[in-house]
Amino acid sequence: MTTEMICAGFGGQGVLTIGKFLAKAGMTEGKNVSWLPSYGPEMRGGTANVSTVISDDAIASPIVSYPDILVALNQPSIDKFAPSIRPGGILIYNTNMCPHGCKRDDITIIKAPMVEIANEIGNQMVLNMLAIGIIIGKTAIIKYETMEADLTGFMKAKNPELLELNLKAIKRGIEIGNS
Amino acid sequence: MAKILMKGNEAVAEAAIRSGCRLYFAYPITPQSELIEYMARMMPKVNGTFLQAESEVSAINMVYGAAGCGKRVMTSSSSPGISLKMEGISYIAGAELPCVIVNVQRGGPGLGDIQPAQGDYFQATKGGGHGDYRLIVMAPSSVQEFADMASEAFDLADKYRNPVMILADGMLGQMMEPVEFKPSRSDEEIAEMWRQHESWCVCPNEDGDKKHHHEINSLEIDPQVLEKHVNDLYQKYGVIEKNEVRYEEFNVSDDNEILCVAWGTASRIVKSAINELKAAGKSVGLIRPINVWPYPYEAVAKAIGPKVKKVYVFELNTGQMLDDVKIAVNGKVPVDFWGKVGGIVFTPAEIQAKLEECF
Repeated sequence: MTTEMICAGFGGQGVLTIGKFLAKAGMTEGKNVSWLPSYGPEMRGGTANVSTVISDDAIASPIVSYPDILVALNQPSIDKFAPSIRPGGILIYNTNMCPHGCKRDDITIIKAPMVEIANEIGNQMVLNMLAIGIIIGKTAIIKYETMEADLTGFMKAKNPELLELNLKAIKRGIEIGNS
Repeated sequence: MAKILMKGNEAVAEAAIRSGCRLYFAYPITPQSELIEYMARMMPKVNGTFLQAESEVSAINMVYGAAGCGKRVMTSSSSPGISLKMEGISYIAGAELPCVIVNVQRGGPGLGDIQPAQGDYFQATKGGGHGDYRLIVMAPSSVQEFADMASEAFDLADKYRNPVMILADGMLGQMMEPVEFKPSRSDEEIAEMWRQHESWCVCPNEDGDKKHHHEINSLEIDPQVLEKHVNDLYQKYGVIEKNEVRYEEFNVSDDNEILCVAWGTASRIVKSAINELKAAGKSVGLIRPINVWPYPYEAVAKAIGPKVKKVYVFELNTGQMLDDVKIAVNGKVPVDFWGKVGGIVFTPAEIQAKLEECF
């Protein structure tokens, strides 16, 4: 099976990191992965996106034309990428920054006020972890345990409080994805 | 060894160090700056030398000097910076010295932009610098292959005493994929590789014995001498053409109605399109030259099956490899080309549409 994803949002929202953690977890679980960021004169406040592919087979193109999953953290990301989601695919979006949403009815749409929830958890920086949680909850393309072990591995010594917030955000995301 | 998720730029640097590169000279440029940053960070840890030169011209001439000393040495840049290195590359080829040059291509001509492109194919495979010389040119299409090519490039450079270029692009430099590295060469192995170069390299002449005196030079003022030198070079290139052709076949069969030829990252996008068409019952094959010089002319010709109506070349340029494909196909079937330029990368959907028009 091959899952193709695009994560998009404002620079600084951590969209590249969403793809990176998913790719890393996929690799840990023995799958083929690729992570291709948009790069260039991007900066905080500009737009950023990343194509991530997780597959049981060798990955041909790392460029994604028709995503199975789109994570959109702002409205321009929906406007740009939602029309190309594969029929039956999944759109996950942040209602706090996507006032117009998405009109398609042939895809599964999961929406959540991600900024609010991240602030409730205690830090707006964990918004991207919330998104990762939603993907795990909805699709099971990677396991929560893999993500937890990976995050614990590099954050526990450096910043245990932030680790806890991150794990909390992922778990909250999984609840949203499951429901 | 476990796989690591790494950018192409970092993976090729790590692999170069592991294969015994202890000298690296370069000047930063996007989209290959992670490579120079990695070298800056890691070279001191292996008692190697990292030096950020004042320009690309200086960097390539430092490579010339270090290669003359018989050491494994590398430089890297992106398209405009590689142009600046061309004079030095011609000198190194003329003086028959081994070294590795990485080009992480971006859009051109001129300063161009910083997005992925394949516009340096002519420069890499047909010259670029002046005079009759050839580079061995390797074109990776994945982060793993990019890393593997680092050690292969050093081995080929040593084997033929010839500069080797790894011709990647911004996409491969920036993207992350899992990569598995070969074990590092030990200091003793590296010293042994150097000793094997004692017959020609600049070496300490402490005993005053003139036998140990070697000249590193690309100037032959006597035309008779230069004529022989260039003929000798071309004999060597002939051997390389015989031994070092490398390519990959993807979905090539007698059922193919179209045969594609694509190299580097572009080939992966073509593969996705071929997979989509396969699912729809349409048979398309692909030849991917792994080394773009020497070029796999015979392999392209042989892959043209009985039902092939057209050979289709896809590149991120205006058709620079197209000439080589035409030489290979030699009029047997029509050859078509489609590409994107300016740092715009074609998508699997676009290639699929182009191929579907042929059925």
